[in-house]
Order: sequence, then C-alpha cells, then structure tokens
Amino acid sequence: MNFGDYIALGLYAILIQNVMLTQFLGACPFLGVSKKSQSAIGMGLAVIFVITLSSIMTWSIDHFVLIPQELTYMRTIVFILIISGVVQFVEMFIKKTAPIIYKMLGIYLPLITTNCAVLGVALINVNQEFPFTKMVVYSIGISVGYALVIYVFATIRERLENANIPKSLKGTPIALIVAGIMSIAFIGFAGVIEI
Amino acid sequence: MKTKQNFLKGIFSENPVFVLMLGMCPVLAITTSIMNALGMGVAFTIVLIMSNVIISLIRKLIPNEVRIPAYIVVIATLVTIVDMLMHAFTFSIYESLGIFIPLIVVNCVVLGRAEAFASKNNVFASFIDALGMGIGYTLAITILSAIREFFGAGTLLGYDVTPLNLIQPATIFIIAPGAFITLGLLLGGINALKNARTKSAEVKE
Repeated sequence: MNFGDYIALGLYAILIQNVMLTQFLGACPFLGVSKKSQSAIGMGLAVIFVITLSSIMTWSIDHFVLIPQELTYMRTIVFILIISGVVQFVEMFIKKTAPIIYKMLGIYLPLITTNCAVLGVALINVNQEFPFTKMVVYSIGISVGYALVIYVFATIRERLENANIPKSLKGTPIALIVAGIMSIAFIGFAGVIEI
Repeated sequence: MKTKQNFLKGIFSENPVFVLMLGMCPVLAITTSIMNALGMGVAFTIVLIMSNVIISLIRKLIPNEVRIPAYIVVIATLVTIVDMLMHAFTFSIYESLGIFIPLIVVNCVVLGRAEAFASKNNVFASFIDALGMGIGYTLAITILSAIREFFGAGTLLGYDVTPLNLIQPATIFIIAPGAFITLGLLLGGINALKNARTKSAEVKE
C-alpha cells in the first residue's frame, strides 16, 4: 500500500464506515454528552485518544499472545480488561503530566470504558485481520469520524434548544430524528471511495 | 406485592430502552427484523439474569475499590459463554447479530443493574429485577423491529403480510437512518400518550 491508499482508507473510515451513523457503535455517549458543543469536543478528543491507544494494545496482545497460544475465544474478556486498564492508565498519566488536558477530558474518560465503540473497533480490527499499519489508520479514522459527528450533532442540538418543536418531540426524540437525517447525509458518501 | 412492583418496573416505569435510554447501540443496530430482536433479547436477558444473580451472591466478598473491574470480569465471562452457545446452536442468528453479541459486555444496562441493584439486594430480588429488565428490553426492541420490518420489508417474522401489495416496502426503514427516525417517532408517540394522560387526569380533578 502506498501513501494515497492510507489517505483513502482514513477517509473511508471517517465518512463511509462512520462508526456512529452507519455502524451504531457508541450511541449512549452520542445521545448523552451532545447537549453542549464544548463537552462534545472533550468527549471526541478523549475517544480519539483512547480508541487509538487501546486498538494498538488489543491488536498487539491478540497477535503476539492470543493467536500463537490459540486462545482467541478469550478475546472478549481480554479486550475489555485491556481497555479498562488503558482508560485507567491514561487517566492517571494525563492527571500527572498535563493537568490542562485532564481538566478538559477528565470527566469523560471513565465513561469511555463502557463506550461500545472502543471494544467494537478492537473486535472489528481483529475480525477483519488488518495488518498493523492499516489497523492504526483505520482506528484513527474511525475515532476522528466519531468526534466529527458528535461535534456536528452537538452544534445542531444547541440550535434545537430555541426551535419551536411539538412538545412531545422535545429532547431525545427530536435528537434521534436529527441523527437520522444526518445518517441519510452520510449514506450519500457511499461509493465515493472504493477500497 | 413488593416483588410484583420490582418485576413490573423494568417493563414499564423504568423500561431500559424507552425510559432510561440505556444500551442503545444494539437497539438501533439489530432491530432490522423481529427474529434478530428476539435473539438479541434472549441473549441479553440470560446474561443479565446470570450476572445479577452471581454478583448478588458474591456482593459481600468483593472489596468496594475493585468492584467495577470484578463486575466486568463476571459479565465478560457470561457473555463469552452465551456467545459460544449461540455459535453452536443458533448459527444464523449468531451470524446476523455479529459483533453485537460480544458487545453485550459494554451494554450499560447490565453494568448499571449490577452496580445499582444486585450489589445491594439479595439473590431473589436481583433475579426478579433482572427478569423484569430483560423482558422490558426484549419487548422494546421487538416493538421497534416489528415496525421497521413491517414498513421496510413488508413482512413480519419473515412472513409476507401484505399479499395485495397495499404497502410498498420502503427500504429506508431497514437501513441506518430508519433506525434513528423510527425510534425518535416512537418515543415522541409515547410522550404524546403520557401528556394526553396527565392532561385528562388534570381535567378529571
């Protein structure tokens, strides 16, 4: 694969395979932490950080321990333990070294362990049998796609606060319908990039 | 009386999907057909019941500081068991649910019930709580999938229910946007019913 192919794979992961709008991974924080664009940015950055790091960790453990030892049936347990370990470690590390970033991301980090996008991407990576570089590009692309969508969604929701909508649809129902319309827009990207 | 309330709250007043809005990923992703929703619901209910019972049994043995990792290990073990059983006995459902069976591990409902209920109550109450929550979850995703399957493919449980082609299937209900829009409208409908009920209650008073 040359450089152009990696760019194409990255864009494919961001737009066409969008983790939230077409694969439905990470819906709880998507609906929960998207009421303000500031918190959406924090959540998006935390997700990029954790997905990239934990994908590399889980892929390495899978490749160097689980597959040689024929323990692939242990994937779910091992991966979730690695992810919660990584989240905990990242939290402690950032708290010590970069208090400013910790202030921004701190409260979102514990929530990420139960973000299914993290475990989902780790499982997709090993199910698709990606080689290392491809896996890194795909994981970054997926998490950037998540951050992009949650930020755009939050800005729309901020405007919805002032919109005149039927009483019964206020809150989550209208947010879900907005997400549906965004999803239609993202389906428009299908076929733009061939992998 | 208390047991009955404990059971019914998972289905109505604290329905995990329609009221608490937890565990939304599979709700949106696998509700394309009733068969998938039932498969997911059963797998989810089994995991929830077993995890609630086991965590309630060992709740006094787990030190408070490491309780969340301990819960996750218990849940992940149970999910692996269910995953293997489904792989062995219900292969077609296993194929169509795909990645969402292992993802039951990170379903907020399971961990949420472990933390909020099973860690504080006895085994029987935890069992009833899990049963109610599991049935409530299954019911919710079955309703959603019935709507999506009916309008999206013109079938129910795989049987053609529009023999005269009165309804043209609209593919949008089956693909990704349909999940969001159908659930949004369904929640809006439930809210409208609730509002109408409170209004009529006020009028009566």
